[in-house]
Amino acid sequence: MSLDTASPTARRHGSNAGQPLTRRDGLLKVTGRATYAADNHPDGMLYAVTAISRIARGRVTALDVGAARAHAGVVEVLTPANRPPLAHDPDEKMPPFGFRVEVLQDDTVRYVGQPIALVVAETLEAATEAAALLDPQYEIADARTDRSNGDRFGLAAVGIGAPPRTVHGDLAAGLAAATHVTEAEYETPAQYHNAMEPHAVVAEWHGDRVTLDMPNQAMALSCAAYGAYFDIPAENVLIRSPFLGGGFGSKAILNGPQILAILAARMLKRPVKLVLTRTQMYGPVGHRGHTWQKLRIGTDAQGRLTALHHHALCATSSFDEFIEPAANASLPLYDSPAILVEHEGLRLDIGTPGPMRAPGEASGSAALEVAMDEAAVACGMDPLEFRLANYAETEPGTGRPFSSKALRECYLEGAKRFGWAGRPLEPRQMRDENGFLVGWGMGTAVFHCPHFPAEARATLRADGTALVETAGADMGQGAWTALAQIAAEALGLDPDQVEFHSGISTLPDGGIAGGSGHTASAGLALNNAGEDAIAKLAAIATADPASPLFGAGNIGVVARSGRLHRIDDEGRSESYVDILARAGQAEVIGTAKAARDPAIAEAHAMFSHGAVFAEVKVDPDLGQIRATRLVGAFAAGRVINPRLVRSQYFGGMIWGTSFALHEEAVTDRRTGRIMNADLAEYHVPVNADVPSLDAILIEEDDPYVNPLGIKGVGEIGITGTVGAIANAVWHATGVRVRRFPVRIEDLLIARA
Amino acid sequence: MNRFDYIRPVSVSEAIAAAAVPGSAYLAAGTNLLDLMKVGTTRPERVIDITRLPGLDRIEWLPDGGVRIAAMVRNSDLAYDERFARTFPAVAEALLSGASAQLRNAATVGGNLMQRTRCAYFHDLASACNRRVAGSGCDARDGENRLHAVLGWSEHCIATHPSDFCVPLVALDALVEVEGPHGAREIPVDLLHALPGATPERETALAPGELVVALRLPAEAADFSGNARYLKLRERTSYAFAVVSAAAALELEGKLIRKARVALGGVAAKPWRAREAEVALTGMPASAEAFAKAAEIALADALPSGDNAFKIELARRIVVRALSLAFEGTPEVMPALPASPFSTTAGAIHVA
Repeated sequence: MSLDTASPTARRHGSNAGQPLTRRDGLLKVTGRATYAADNHPDGMLYAVTAISRIARGRVTALDVGAARAHAGVVEVLTPANRPPLAHDPDEKMPPFGFRVEVLQDDTVRYVGQPIALVVAETLEAATEAAALLDPQYEIADARTDRSNGDRFGLAAVGIGAPPRTVHGDLAAGLAAATHVTEAEYETPAQYHNAMEPHAVVAEWHGDRVTLDMPNQAMALSCAAYGAYFDIPAENVLIRSPFLGGGFGSKAILNGPQILAILAARMLKRPVKLVLTRTQMYGPVGHRGHTWQKLRIGTDAQGRLTALHHHALCATSSFDEFIEPAANASLPLYDSPAILVEHEGLRLDIGTPGPMRAPGEASGSAALEVAMDEAAVACGMDPLEFRLANYAETEPGTGRPFSSKALRECYLEGAKRFGWAGRPLEPRQMRDENGFLVGWGMGTAVFHCPHFPAEARATLRADGTALVETAGADMGQGAWTALAQIAAEALGLDPDQVEFHSGISTLPDGGIAGGSGHTASAGLALNNAGEDAIAKLAAIATADPASPLFGAGNIGVVARSGRLHRIDDEGRSESYVDILARAGQAEVIGTAKAARDPAIAEAHAMFSHGAVFAEVKVDPDLGQIRATRLVGAFAAGRVINPRLVRSQYFGGMIWGTSFALHEEAVTDRRTGRIMNADLAEYHVPVNADVPSLDAILIEEDDPYVNPLGIKGVGEIGITGTVGAIANAVWHATGVRVRRFPVRIEDLLIARA
Repeated sequence: MNRFDYIRPVSVSEAIAAAAVPGSAYLAAGTNLLDLMKVGTTRPERVIDITRLPGLDRIEWLPDGGVRIAAMVRNSDLAYDERFARTFPAVAEALLSGASAQLRNAATVGGNLMQRTRCAYFHDLASACNRRVAGSGCDARDGENRLHAVLGWSEHCIATHPSDFCVPLVALDALVEVEGPHGAREIPVDLLHALPGATPERETALAPGELVVALRLPAEAADFSGNARYLKLRERTSYAFAVVSAAAALELEGKLIRKARVALGGVAAKPWRAREAEVALTGMPASAEAFAKAAEIALADALPSGDNAFKIELARRIVVRALSLAFEGTPEVMPALPASPFSTTAGAIHVA
């Protein structure tokens, strides 16, 4: 694909960045040469297997450690009785993001699936069998598994440090002023990340240094945290995480099983590998917590919001707090003189939830967008018209300007592509040629734009190529490719001339691959490092009387196609190769640290936006639902690689379909055991469930979000989609389902 | 450790002799048995691998027009056998609606007949399950049971049989050929799977050591080839067990129903033949009323076993729909979404 470099798009988006390049690591992955954590087998490696609790609450009263130790091949059995000490108290949080972890600190059982011992053996089979031989005995207490028996509590924060309660205006007055109040409760189930690659670690100690092969979304933070647990400097922890088979938030935060495996490796002075089984991933490595959300939407006679109240009751564990910041999804979208969002916690005997792709926004948007649909119906308005009537031109409540917001364009383009015009207001009005009920629904997508501090290094080499480095994470989203494009752009090189190193913690800190902020965060650092390298190169050239650029220091140069050009006279230029050769330098190294300017951040509300339109068909008698069409239009600032971005939107929209129609962890209310903790029974969509997808990339120029103008795309696709599908189900059937996933029996209504 | 002997016999008689020892289990493709062994639901002491037995991979047409399918024929091979799919279309459709393409390529006809329930309490060793451990109780009874049985269940067990394939088989009077320590015999598929009663641990009519060597569909089953369908409701379009399913087959003379066959899946511990509904349809003109009446009769004895009353109404409706689709006629080509209510939807390009 060639780009018209003179076009405004190219000037803004760049001649390298902006191209739909295929993944740099694609060939490695499809040919099986990409090395994942569990592919590592250092000499002398032992295998660790956790024994896990099958009760939700109580105490382990006995373990048959003798039987386990006696099993051939077993090297060690770690239990609370002999587990070596850790330097950080596992019952204390690990700032900034670390949760309390279950690492055999005592015999308390807090949830099903909690590690209660770690067996280390010469073979995986021996460790697995010895773990089974432990035959735990329990003192069982009644499990708190639901709203009926969990303990409610007030909160200091939700998500990662977000306020649990926000008030704008006078809610009571807003409700009093309403001609209609739409009020309903919505329930979203516990969901599990189910990344293809399970959590794994291969740990190898050399004295007080440890090497960890593990999938990791936040290497620098993890090095510091492991350092704290093992009483070694962070720089003594080497994490290698070249590829992740999906992370979705679950690989950004330390967990008990991995800490135990690292501890065992130090104790036994041999490398240790631990790979969780699928079932073992339902407990100690986070999940999307169950929510019950109440919404009240006051509207006036013109269909304008007078009040918006979103209350979320969010499940967390008995011993730690991660609260799905669901209600905060109601803060940034709709203009209302009164907004109250608030959260309440519910303590259950479950593993601590954690961030899972679009934490807060996914669950909260699911409820908000259905509630908005209900309010539109109450006002007799088209759902799109209703949203446009309540469009927030500035951030509701604060009045801060948005750094950019092309949501109106998303609405209009998406509606046009979908063919929304002419949609009947009433439900159950459309049928296809086979007699199936057809419904159209929509939802607004929104996701905030965090920016993490990051560092990078760019080395221009004598042969005119470059090496760029940052400890980023490729979870399948294509970070290697997009980040290299940004670096190439800054260096005035083609992406093919840029060697990209990433995924190792010894490289400059690439920040966190989370919050949809990786491309912006690591990308800005790479951009700045590239600019630094070019500036150093320019300093050499402009100070060299032999260079055609001599004396251009005050005028400035521009880097393009491996050459520096005088800004005022592009005919005067010199190649990087020649500049370095004459200077006798093998390389020029640029470095950078990048972070968001707090003043600009304070002055602006920063969000990605989108609009999702869904068509579903429903069998009128049998209740079987099929999503048949999804069109999403998203505005997320500058697009570095449209191929990868579209793929991210598709992934999000598929996940939204899953949320709306398939996914749910089924917990036995008596025991707290998850009865479908495997991929056969925990349903994620198959190809045949995925409808025709269309993702529209809406142009958006954001001068504030960061100097590159990049927002995030990794999570927003889920938001909006869930509500759009649920609303389409209503439009097809007239049945308003307020509990996810929508099930066949929800739609068993009187025969048409 | 669950140590077991692994035996690879070279003939059926050798296999049967090997299996005479208590604690033996036959291993075919292993798509169900190995999973159960991994989680510990079943712990055989002897695994008798029958995958290399000669002569168990043939589809053989009989002189009278019936067909004999040897036990090791793969599900995919049978479903895509052109003559078989044309002659017994509902069976082929059921096969293609089961499991996933990968599993169908491995799983065998005999293994499908012998597959165990998907009840989560059967698989969870920490739960009480009379089927897994006789007399231990049934934790499904007051547990998460929205997908459990509504017909033929007992206080001792409310599990369902998961097979799609078996549903049209019982409708079409299929037989299994069995060989065992005491010789060979035939068992109608309808009598192969047991209702739980007070002994849910007895899952089939097979005696210890008996081996399913073949499945036979009688010639008369071919009489329905023009009007036979299998329909399945599920929570995703592939790789999911039925919420409820139904097979319906009609032999018509104009609009008059000369013969009818109806069976339900996902509702009981066995594929559920609805003979009284068939009787009610026989000799009647096909009509929505007749189908609705048949559905009422088919579910007349249904009772919720838990949080699953919806399945009764859903089963009625799927019977009506399956009969309606059968009356419309077998599709010219296998639908892209076999057994889905959306099998007629244009633009469905995936074979699920």
